[in-house]
Amino acid sequence: MPQLDVSYFPPQLVWLAITFVVLYFLMARLAIPKISEVLENRQNRISSDLEEAKRLSEDADKAKADYEASLAEARSKAHGIVSELKAEMAKEQDASKAELDSKLAVQAKEAEASIQAAKETALGHVRDIAADAAKTTVGRLVDLNVSDADVSSAVEASMKGGA
Amino acid sequence: MAADQSPLAQFEIKRLVPMDVGGLDVSFTNASLFMVIAIAAITLFLTLSMRGKALVPGRMQSVAELSYEFIANMVKDNVGSEGRKYFPFIFTLFMFVLFCNLLGMIPYTFTVTSQIIVTFALAALVFIGVTLIGIIKHGFKFLTFFVPSGVPVVLLVILVPIEVISYFVRPISLSVRLFANMLAGHTLLKVFGGFVVGLGLYLGWLPLGFIVVLTGLEFLVAFLQAYVFAILSCLYLNDALHLHH
Repeated sequence: MPQLDVSYFPPQLVWLAITFVVLYFLMARLAIPKISEVLENRQNRISSDLEEAKRLSEDADKAKADYEASLAEARSKAHGIVSELKAEMAKEQDASKAELDSKLAVQAKEAEASIQAAKETALGHVRDIAADAAKTTVGRLVDLNVSDADVSSAVEASMKGGA
Repeated sequence: MAADQSPLAQFEIKRLVPMDVGGLDVSFTNASLFMVIAIAAITLFLTLSMRGKALVPGRMQSVAELSYEFIANMVKDNVGSEGRKYFPFIFTLFMFVLFCNLLGMIPYTFTVTSQIIVTFALAALVFIGVTLIGIIKHGFKFLTFFVPSGVPVVLLVILVPIEVISYFVRPISLSVRLFANMLAGHTLLKVFGGFVVGLGLYLGWLPLGFIVVLTGLEFLVAFLQAYVFAILSCLYLNDALHLHH
């Protein structure tokens, strides 16, 4: 196996040492700082972006809460106006109803009075008619001329008795 | 089979630029070339893809960030916050092994991680580093790492040598695992490549199909072994830092 030829060991070791040390310094001084700088920048950018997003989200939450508060206020205001209006309308309605009621009561009373009057008039007429009819009937039946006063008293008595 | 067609010929080291410093052979070999290509590729990939520093990453930048976060999470999960200091080392180790493995998947390239001396050197680096960290952090208390807690004294006579051996075997298992995986995969690909030629136009399709499947598997192994190497280094580091048992 050519790998076991000891005469080739020194040059390999020497060049391995040279190249490995050179590579170590190239990595430690050049490549690694470069990569870690980029990674760090990215990490910083991401965390600052996240912070910004958090701040904006908080702002949005606050705006939403404000909006909801003002909405609730407007709603309660509108509710107040509606109930106020309702109460006013009910009051107005009650007033007009009471007025109408009293007007109707007056009219009913008037009507009742006029009915009563008409009834009394009619009843008065009934007596006269009855007396008249009785007088005529008596005159016809017995050819007796009865005085108006007698007829009227008789009618009165019969109406009382018959009623 | 000619010598240059042997399945193991791909692992041969060739001195491209022979060099000698004070009697030490420091020739620039094909292995050295691919080590240089690997670290150049890693550096170019990571710096060019991150050039835009885009807030929303593109395709290449995503891959670069993903590899960073992959290792960062691995260190965080396995070592904890104390591991942050060692993240550049683990990251370098992972990228180096991963790119050496992946570069080896390109035909006619050289697989650096198929050299036992390379993987052993990396494993020894991890082992010695981790042991030194443990000793510096805990002093003599580090030796309690080899003494399992809540065990009868009689059993300790057996258990302590086992613990010591298993600790010192770590660099060997770590390096041989990576080396053997790369060696076996690449050798198998080469052997079946030989079958394709040997069986000719009619039967050669069968090993060719096998090679296609095996190539997919080898890409998985390339990634998986880099991952295993890095995560075991993390676990060893965690042991040294916390002396958990």
